[in-house]
Amino acid sequence: MRPPCDPSKFVAEIVKNVPPSGIRRFFDLVSGLEDVISLGVGEPDFITPWHIREMCIHSLEKGQTSYTSNYGLPELRDELSRTYYRRYGLDYDPASEILVTTGVSEAIDIALRAVVNPGDEVIVVQPAYVAYVPAVVLAGGKPVIVSTHRDDEFRLTAEVLKPAITSKTRAIVLNFPNNPTGAIMTREDLEDIADLVAEHDLLVISDEVYECLTYEGKHIPFSSLEGMKERTVMLNGFSKAYAMTGMRLGFAMAAPEIIRSMMMIHQYSMLCAPITAQIGALEALRNGNDEMERMVREYDRRRHFIVRGFNRIGLDCFTPKGAFYAFPYVGATGLSSSEFSERLLNEKRVVAIPGDVFGEAGEGFLRCAYAASMDDLKKAIDRMDEFVGGL
Amino acid sequence: MDEKIRHILEILENDARASPDEIAALTDMTAQEVSQAIAKLEETGVIRHYKTIIDWDLVGENYVYAVIELKVTLERNQGYQVIAERIYKFPEVRSVRLLSGDYDISLTVRGKSMKDVAFFVAEKIATLDQVQNTATHFVLKTYKEDGVILHEPEAIKRLPVSL
Repeated sequence: MRPPCDPSKFVAEIVKNVPPSGIRRFFDLVSGLEDVISLGVGEPDFITPWHIREMCIHSLEKGQTSYTSNYGLPELRDELSRTYYRRYGLDYDPASEILVTTGVSEAIDIALRAVVNPGDEVIVVQPAYVAYVPAVVLAGGKPVIVSTHRDDEFRLTAEVLKPAITSKTRAIVLNFPNNPTGAIMTREDLEDIADLVAEHDLLVISDEVYECLTYEGKHIPFSSLEGMKERTVMLNGFSKAYAMTGMRLGFAMAAPEIIRSMMMIHQYSMLCAPITAQIGALEALRNGNDEMERMVREYDRRRHFIVRGFNRIGLDCFTPKGAFYAFPYVGATGLSSSEFSERLLNEKRVVAIPGDVFGEAGEGFLRCAYAASMDDLKKAIDRMDEFVGGL
Repeated sequence: MDEKIRHILEILENDARASPDEIAALTDMTAQEVSQAIAKLEETGVIRHYKTIIDWDLVGENYVYAVIELKVTLERNQGYQVIAERIYKFPEVRSVRLLSGDYDISLTVRGKSMKDVAFFVAEKIATLDQVQNTATHFVLKTYKEDGVILHEPEAIKRLPVSL
């Protein structure tokens, strides 16, 4: 008789140290409830445009189901290179400076693992997408949190960044347009950050997945700032702009040395991104602009609708200029973010994500995705109006 | 084109019943500004007409539709416009288009029965001097009309919460 076993002891310390996600609980609360309106999703409510799906189907019919280059299909990298040259005058060599990944999620993970040494500090600007802190921890780094504020419309300023930089700081993770706040950066802010980055010899990992969802002004890639190309790992993907979340396709653009080291991890863990998704992405870049712009105009209308709605029912909401999230302040009701969203769900069947899930700086706020149908947005505002009125 | 105007037109193209208040909320304008903009679009003919797409089959009104292709001869001093005008005045005719290719003009005609439509074509269209010949194609089923799909597509399930 062999001794009994407790499998939990096999779980690595580093994984045990990953902070739990505040969002898991919400999955459980929502499941089983009827007539729920969800502003809780981080994905478009559009289906991938038909010409992209059709191209994927056609490739499957032809039998294109093999591995691709570890770096990704050469045609896709060529097209990415051309696209960023056309959009911003950025010059990335498709052979050595672009890596196609399985979603931006993978790119975040391998970018951090490629550059972080044990004990290195990595600055994460919050409120932020929930993956950055765990990804830093799993890469053996130490996350250092910097908070943005409502008064700055959640832009990162050099003033709040500077005190967080130490001799151990290796990199900064930026995410603008931002999930969950919808904030975008101004050129002045970016130039100030770039000055600090150069002064302290840092690397910027810039997750720009909401690039195309910029409603006011024009997106500015961090790498397009003077002297920043070599200091930037630009991450982006097809999920948000082309409504391709489940296809899992992203990419990284950076200096050859960094792309090569990311590829080292990628080739042994992922081998290559799924070929069908890569073919769809190529079609998206070549012929997807009209459909993408149509979706962006639709988001733009919903953005105006939801912001006006929140302010009308007494939830102070600044006008987000990017992504598809509104971030109203609910603290004035006397409830915390999580109390507010939990009661809103139980009493009015509306799902919105409490801001503190995205870091302490998000406490008092609520992330509401307006990537939902107008009918749902109208109902959600009405129900939230009743809810706030009844407090 | 002004971005606000584009938004207004896209909203109305998709939903002719959208009210100035609703449009205002979507475009960051006031309802009055929206009403003024729409009035101007109507005056200048940018907005031609507001219509409703109806599935008559569902109320038991089984209209018959046909696409009719016409080959025509032009007479001296007469362009296609004159023939088109003669044809589109019939209320049975739902659309008239000038085409490139083998045929010159394409009509869609609506009638109560196939016989109805066939007689209409034989008596009113084929007999016109300029019409050389006609080809009538009866519509068996309409899947999409003016950008609207006429059956409920299966709903796609998304996770209610994702980050």
